[in-house]
Amino acid sequence: MAAALQTAALLSASHNLIDPQRFRVGLLARSLPGRRGSIFVVRADGRTSGFFNAKSRSGNLITNAVATKADASTSSTASKPGHELLLFEALREGLEEEMDRDPHVCVMGEDVGHYGGSYKVTKGLAPKYGDLRVLDTPIAENSFTGMGIGAAMTGLRPVVEGMNMGFLLLAFNQISNNCGMLHYTSGGQFKIPIVIRGPGGVGRQLGAEHSQRLESYFQSIPGLQLVACSTPYNAKGLMKAAIRSENPVVLFEHVLLYNLKERIPDEEYVLCLEEAEMVRPGGHVTILTYSRMRYHVMQAVKTLVNKGYDPEVIDIRSLKPFDLYTIGNSVKKTHRVLIVEECMRTGGIGSSLRAAIIDNFWDYLDAPILCLSSQDVPTPYAGTLEEWTVVQPAQIVAAVEQLCE
Amino acid sequence: MSAFSAVRIPFPAVVAARSAGEKPSSPFLCSPAAAPVIHSSPLRSPRLGRPPLAVTSDVLSSQKPLGSNSSPSCQAVISRDEALELYEDMVLGRFFEDMCAQMYYRGKMFGFVHLYNGQEAVSTGFIKLLETRDSVVSTYRDHVHALSKGVPARAVMAELFGKATGCCRGQGGSMHMFSEPHNLLGGFAFIGEGIPVATGAAFSSKYRYEVLKESNRDGLDVTVAFFGDGTCNNGQFLECLNMAQLWKLPIVFVVENNLWAIGMSHLRATSDPEIWKKGPAFGMPGVHVDGMDVLKVREVAVEAIARARNGEGPSLVECETYRFRGHSLADPDELRKADEKSHYAARDPIVGLKKYILEKNLASESELKAIEKKIDDIIEEAVEFADSSPPPPRSQLLENVFADPKGFGIGPDGKYRCEDPKFTEGTAQV
Repeated sequence: MAAALQTAALLSASHNLIDPQRFRVGLLARSLPGRRGSIFVVRADGRTSGFFNAKSRSGNLITNAVATKADASTSSTASKPGHELLLFEALREGLEEEMDRDPHVCVMGEDVGHYGGSYKVTKGLAPKYGDLRVLDTPIAENSFTGMGIGAAMTGLRPVVEGMNMGFLLLAFNQISNNCGMLHYTSGGQFKIPIVIRGPGGVGRQLGAEHSQRLESYFQSIPGLQLVACSTPYNAKGLMKAAIRSENPVVLFEHVLLYNLKERIPDEEYVLCLEEAEMVRPGGHVTILTYSRMRYHVMQAVKTLVNKGYDPEVIDIRSLKPFDLYTIGNSVKKTHRVLIVEECMRTGGIGSSLRAAIIDNFWDYLDAPILCLSSQDVPTPYAGTLEEWTVVQPAQIVAAVEQLCE
Repeated sequence: MSAFSAVRIPFPAVVAARSAGEKPSSPFLCSPAAAPVIHSSPLRSPRLGRPPLAVTSDVLSSQKPLGSNSSPSCQAVISRDEALELYEDMVLGRFFEDMCAQMYYRGKMFGFVHLYNGQEAVSTGFIKLLETRDSVVSTYRDHVHALSKGVPARAVMAELFGKATGCCRGQGGSMHMFSEPHNLLGGFAFIGEGIPVATGAAFSSKYRYEVLKESNRDGLDVTVAFFGDGTCNNGQFLECLNMAQLWKLPIVFVVENNLWAIGMSHLRATSDPEIWKKGPAFGMPGVHVDGMDVLKVREVAVEAIARARNGEGPSLVECETYRFRGHSLADPDELRKADEKSHYAARDPIVGLKKYILEKNLASESELKAIEKKIDDIIEEAVEFADSSPPPPRSQLLENVFADPKGFGIGPDGKYRCEDPKFTEGTAQV
């Protein structure tokens, strides 16, 4: 209740605090922290739909994926039944809706057109929108990413696909120097509303170069926003939000999550890029995670619940910037933090998150922050070795037990 | 006769047989008399749809170059107004750069400053043909491109001084000149970095025409990308040549070949130093032109820009030019030989145009002097303006990092960071 009032106050106060000329923030779409999912329906003209009225909302939509069984803590679905689809289809649905809505949205990447995308995210779009709007590029990541940036500067809203996120290392020059920097070095004259997306993460024996986690390399680049989707619901919402954002956004998808199935709402919705998602409210320990590791965490949670623990699981979703409000509220409640990530130990998202929590919430911690990350090794091909590279549920269980001693 | 067709083709252009009724086109045969012919030449690969096109440039074939006819009895190729516009633009560029050097040594500007002295013909020759809606992309040697495109001298000077009134609010500096009203898309420090951005601007132009159906009777918006000889060995250049030709983007690639990349001679860095040849390798016309002669550059530019505007696709224009100063103001310039420098100094483009104007009686000496005086005043005013402008305040530090400052995220108190009043003051922690 307090949260609802706070949000309402926030919105009315927002007009005073922000000079629209300078910041061009039309309406601050903030979600409600706490149990409920972060949902907004933001219309094209900036109005919000009836969904937004916190006081009248009764149910909430499923926020955790079907991969884990819905447990007692989540409520049932809202009034509309919605439709079931796979994560890659959800991405496509989001992309297609945005392309229908705004003719400036276009797609570029290798094999996105006629082939339909190597993970079928763009399937069917080229026949519908044409070969220029869904552009099959030659294999020249640095140049076509730069081309996307130039197009964004001159009025288009491109969605650049890296066939595998690792290939975007070739585009690091353009992503760092131009994508992140040009709005600033031009003194705010040019905006770059580009979305760079693609599958990353450790897959099934794909080898070291196809198993990279670029979020740790990109996180230092000023001017970029990084988000990671993990369910069909947030995949579609984040895709739409990223396309509508005036900032350059890197959307991290995961190779192993494309076939997750979930029921998502029929009505249009857009999620907030800067927010984290409460997956499972709890009390004993805060587990912060994102992308695929969310599922390893939820699997560990089943064991932990049986052992009598009550972990709170937050999918941070926004890798840069961190949602310190949701995270902070959780830390203030549980006083114990475990970070589970797929990045490597050195210089990953977990390290930054740890630092941010220590900076902001030191007084609330009862124990050192534990961070479980992948090993600092190039991902090996052999299945057994690969399994030991990433964090497994058993390690998560052990870490929670250690934290809660 | 167009410059593109003035190039001499050493062997017949081999045109692949296309489907009946489709008119084969060759960018080099502009006159209708040149009928396409089909030869079984060893150069023609039956599998390739495209004929290999090779040209030599007029300079290399030592034909008498066009437009350089200095006899008074011959008609001038430009009007008086055009001549004075070109002269004024080149003088503006030269005087501005000379002032930059002065200001740098007086400690008013810092960092890496790369001056354009000697290359003015290229900037003026191309940019003065463009409209405001056309885009220009440059490198770190971008002051004069900015001036030619119409960015006021005071805005550029203030930017160099690092003042808040600079065209980029002092946030860009010498190597990052941007101007949205003038469609100047930068200003890039790493070489080759701007070429994909230029390709993107050209893609935008084509997209607006084909997808958004915004048509302009006067043709597509054109993008001109300027870069140097060193860049031509860089992957981004070659990748963009491919993409631009593939999609027939309205772009002109202009190589300012001043023979030196800092201290690396072009001949020591490049396996085949004739850069214009890289155009036909990708299927677009490649032309070499004397970049010290603004009229020759302009003649080639007219055609290249028209090609792009008509949707015929990109062109590669190699301008042989020279920088009279070092690579930057920090460069001692010890490697270039004196005779090479004097050779090009004798072909100073401003002196050349002045001579042409006087010989063709387009204007009098006193009129040209008046222009120079006018430019002197402009530059002086620009320096005064820059000097008296305030530096950026602390509160400007975090502005413009994000177009939507929500990107700074949500703070522990639940509010967006950018809503914190201290944020704009620059005293809040981010």
